[in-house]
Amino acid sequence: MTATTTNPVISVNGATKSFGAVRALAGVDFTVHPGECVGLVGHNGAGKSTLVSILNGGLTPDEGTIALNGQPAVRYSIAQARATGLRCVFQELSLCPNLTVTENTRVAHRGLRGFGWRRRARALIRNKLDDIFPGHGIDVNQAIASFTIAERQMVEIATAFTDAGTGLSLVILDEPTSSLDAGLASQLLAYIGRFTAAGGAIVLISHILGEILSASTRIVVMKDGKVVADRPATGFTIDSLVGAMGSVVRTREGRGAASAATGTPVLSRPARGQAGRAFRVFPGELVGLAGLGGHGQTDMLVDLYMGETNAWLPRRAAAVAFVAGDRAEDGNFPLWSILRNMTLTLLPQLTRLGLVDGTRESQIATDWRQRIEVRTKDMSNPILSLSGGNQQKVLFARALASNAAVVLMDDPMRGVDIGTKQEVYAMLRAEAQKGRTFVWYSTEMDEVCQCDRVYVFREGAIVAELAGAGITEDSILAASFAEAAA
Amino acid sequence: MTALRFVFAKPWLWSFVAAFGTWLVTILFTGGASTLGLSQAALTFAAFSIIVGLGQMFVVTLGPGNVDLSIPATMTLAGTVALKVMDTQDGAILLGLLVTLGVGIGIGIANYALIKLLRIPPIIATLSSSFIVQSIAIATNRGIRIKPPAVLAEFSIASFLGVPNVAWLALVISVFAWVLLEKGLFGRWVSAIGQNMRAARLAGIPVDGVRFLTYMLCAVLAAIAGFLLSCFSGGAALNMGSEYLLTSIAVVVIGGTAVAGGFANVPGIWGASLFLFLVVSMLNTYGASAGVRMVLTGVIIIAVIIAASRKAVR
Amino acid sequence: MKLLTPDRLRLLVPALSLAVLLGAVFWLQPRTMSYTGLNLLFNLAVPIALATIAQMFVMMVNDLDLSMGTFVSFVACITATWVQSDPLLGYGALALCIAAYSAIGVVIYVRQLPAIVVTLGMSFVWGGLAVLLLPAPGGSAPDWIRAMMTAKPPFVPMAIVASVLIAAVTHWLVMRSSLGVLLRGVGGNEKTVRRAGWSVLRARAIAYALAGVFAVLAGMTLVGLTTSADANIALRYTLLSIAGVILGGGEFIGGRVSPIGAVIGALTLTLAASFLSFLKISPDWQIGAQGMILIIVLAVRLALNRREQRGARP
Repeated sequence: MTATTTNPVISVNGATKSFGAVRALAGVDFTVHPGECVGLVGHNGAGKSTLVSILNGGLTPDEGTIALNGQPAVRYSIAQARATGLRCVFQELSLCPNLTVTENTRVAHRGLRGFGWRRRARALIRNKLDDIFPGHGIDVNQAIASFTIAERQMVEIATAFTDAGTGLSLVILDEPTSSLDAGLASQLLAYIGRFTAAGGAIVLISHILGEILSASTRIVVMKDGKVVADRPATGFTIDSLVGAMGSVVRTREGRGAASAATGTPVLSRPARGQAGRAFRVFPGELVGLAGLGGHGQTDMLVDLYMGETNAWLPRRAAAVAFVAGDRAEDGNFPLWSILRNMTLTLLPQLTRLGLVDGTRESQIATDWRQRIEVRTKDMSNPILSLSGGNQQKVLFARALASNAAVVLMDDPMRGVDIGTKQEVYAMLRAEAQKGRTFVWYSTEMDEVCQCDRVYVFREGAIVAELAGAGITEDSILAASFAEAAA
Repeated sequence: MTALRFVFAKPWLWSFVAAFGTWLVTILFTGGASTLGLSQAALTFAAFSIIVGLGQMFVVTLGPGNVDLSIPATMTLAGTVALKVMDTQDGAILLGLLVTLGVGIGIGIANYALIKLLRIPPIIATLSSSFIVQSIAIATNRGIRIKPPAVLAEFSIASFLGVPNVAWLALVISVFAWVLLEKGLFGRWVSAIGQNMRAARLAGIPVDGVRFLTYMLCAVLAAIAGFLLSCFSGGAALNMGSEYLLTSIAVVVIGGTAVAGGFANVPGIWGASLFLFLVVSMLNTYGASAGVRMVLTGVIIIAVIIAASRKAVR
Repeated sequence: MKLLTPDRLRLLVPALSLAVLLGAVFWLQPRTMSYTGLNLLFNLAVPIALATIAQMFVMMVNDLDLSMGTFVSFVACITATWVQSDPLLGYGALALCIAAYSAIGVVIYVRQLPAIVVTLGMSFVWGGLAVLLLPAPGGSAPDWIRAMMTAKPPFVPMAIVASVLIAAVTHWLVMRSSLGVLLRGVGGNEKTVRRAGWSVLRARAIAYALAGVFAVLAGMTLVGLTTSADANIALRYTLLSIAGVILGGGEFIGGRVSPIGAVIGALTLTLAASFLSFLKISPDWQIGAQGMILIIVLAVRLALNRREQRGARP
């Protein structure tokens, strides 16, 4: 490899970073050379996000040095990072929704100003979108607010790869495919290959290990704020990666015989569209909603939820509960403690004469904290002090602690580490055994395969219903893409 | 150390510190001669801002853009109509009170109907409705000043244990509001809606019901304040509510309630209301002109907010 | 490309509202359908349009300026006194006012203060300064402003020419220029703008300074029309400017504004006042009718929006 002979684009030596008592990074060495795609993997809380923030100048390490192109950097900042040609695509979508695609490109580049900036920005982003996602169908004169989440992510990625004359040496992609379907994700991975072949460098963070293995040239594994493995990608397999991250690979436990879909459905919706099928959920079922991202699954869940609850009158017992996937938009109450976030849905059950029974509230919260292992010292800490995965556990507890018979889940595992996922899977199975009903929208195939029955969505309608042994990756993909192939 | 942290963790304490400081400076200037008079006047006038401020506090806590601009018009209409209905008769006091509550409930319903049906920001909805309410008040009043029933007039200016009756009433309402906010399901729901309305709906909160009740509560409190104020000042005047538009918002924010919603504070309303009244009387005592008084009031409001600017997290 | 993008629809609705209202006025009073008639109808539109644009700059960065009315009044007082008697002092003071606006924007951002409350405090400051400068109504307009505001261009009245000019200039500045994109970006997603290496502080300082510039222009043109000033001359402008931005399709948060819409909104509000006087509505109900018009316009906008949304769905 010639990589070792050229200067690294960026190198971090002995970086440490603490937030209060929490040590996020405990002495990390990290180097990226031109022409490399470095896969960065690790659990939530392993220190990936902190490392990324240090790379892009958003955080200054407590100790350690940063060098750019072999030269030590003094007072490294976001502005300096950008001047060096370093870009970031963050896990949460970060475009200005009120601006058009073209205008967002302008915000991203200082150089796009003066006469004719709009024309130049439009050409720049349009060409890049065509380059990365051929056939994308995105109108660059439309405001971001009118796009789906997948389209926004495409725009965000393309914007990061545009170069308005300042040079582009390294792009950090933090879960870039989380909202993209398989086709778009593979277009992106192909582009990453072309980009690095031309001498660009990539840092790729993804929880989909297959992506990491196929796109990366080198893989860095982090655990507890340290780098625990750093080898060429060819030296890893999925099992060895998971092993290096330290989580236990559990064999998948089937639910045994699929429950008979009989009796009175607890929820149902008539068929939509010509080829559409009716939607029915029976008590004690674990029903999956599958298909490509953004094809009406979330709308269906929200519609079901709104149909079963009333915006005007309170109910003592919640009939349905909702587990949000988009925590910032649909789940968290940022000013509140973990405890208050957890107990919100079950609160009416603890209320007498309009007054909340605080003692019982904290009892129940303590119970659930142990059951789902929320990693915190104090339930009165703010919810945002938790890592993403632990926030998600709190949202699960909010729904499960209530006496709702049906739980609706809106792709709740977005950006959650494997360990947490396994814990939640086990919890769901146990709850379903007790007779609770789950409707679970997921963008990940192995999650959908855990369900008793699966509805596959396409363009807002249910196009296939799979059950028991019929739930396979092939059959779901076939149903998701049927029309596109025709 | 812990005491200091306690003070810093409770931003609303600043409003009390400021109120006490202003009180002390004013007293010192007059050599202590006005202590009782000033304190009683402060409690009396603060009581009206406290009552409307509590309503505004719940509304503001509902989240960004939630503010009730119809408070002055509601106060005027409630005072005008109630005095007209009672027509100086002591026997009609209960009827007057019922009419007051009715006015508040009606305006609350109208406000939320506009917000909900027209899907317009509350600030515009309450502004529009306030225009209409004000017109109704003008048409009802017709420039005739009706005196309040003697018993009520007496009650509203009298004191019990040295504390003005209106201040006692404000205290009772404040305790009620505090329990509602801190211990009640309603307060928890209001705070949740203020932080994230969509998440609140998806967590099972009857969002429309809670918001509707909040706007109604605010209008009812404004109506009660208008009723008391018109009894206190011996009759309803068309502009009697006008100063409470700015005051109600100012006491909420100086009192430590988050303007972006989601966090409210009842004791702070007391500190802020007392402070605002005392500032004006302090400047009066020092013989400042109207212009100077206004400039200084503004500067002090801003200074207090800057001093108290800390993010409240719970 | 869709013909009716959400952005265009945002403009279409206020434009239609204005057209309908104008049609109603013409129908009630056909004599207004002339050069002089239109001039009279829209006479006061220019300062209101400028104040609305100023408010729009503040709303663009997700804030709300409750001091607009008192500030415009203060500027009017400066224009009618100092600018007339001692131009150097006068223009110096106006420049200082713009700098003060920019500074307010900076303080609000640096200390993370609620804009509503800071500007509320500032409204006391501006109001107090205005009373100090001009305790009683008086002063006179500088000749050149007077001449400009009363100019009679061929075919189209001055008020319309000026409105079109204001709309064109601000549309270019806000919607087309690269600076405008950045400022709207701050309203849409501040974090993104900061991550892209921009100074949000500077952007907000610019937005507030622009608001100050247009508010100063509003005060100066107002004096040009009224020829004299007083400390309370433009108090209505706070609410009028907010209502104008909203009527014009702007929103309170998210950096969604439309300068052309804002000017149209200001024209609509100006016309509403004339419309009422032509209807010969009893003075008691003038204000109420104004509220009703606001509600009707918003209801129509909602209905049109809904229909459009239904049409757009596949």
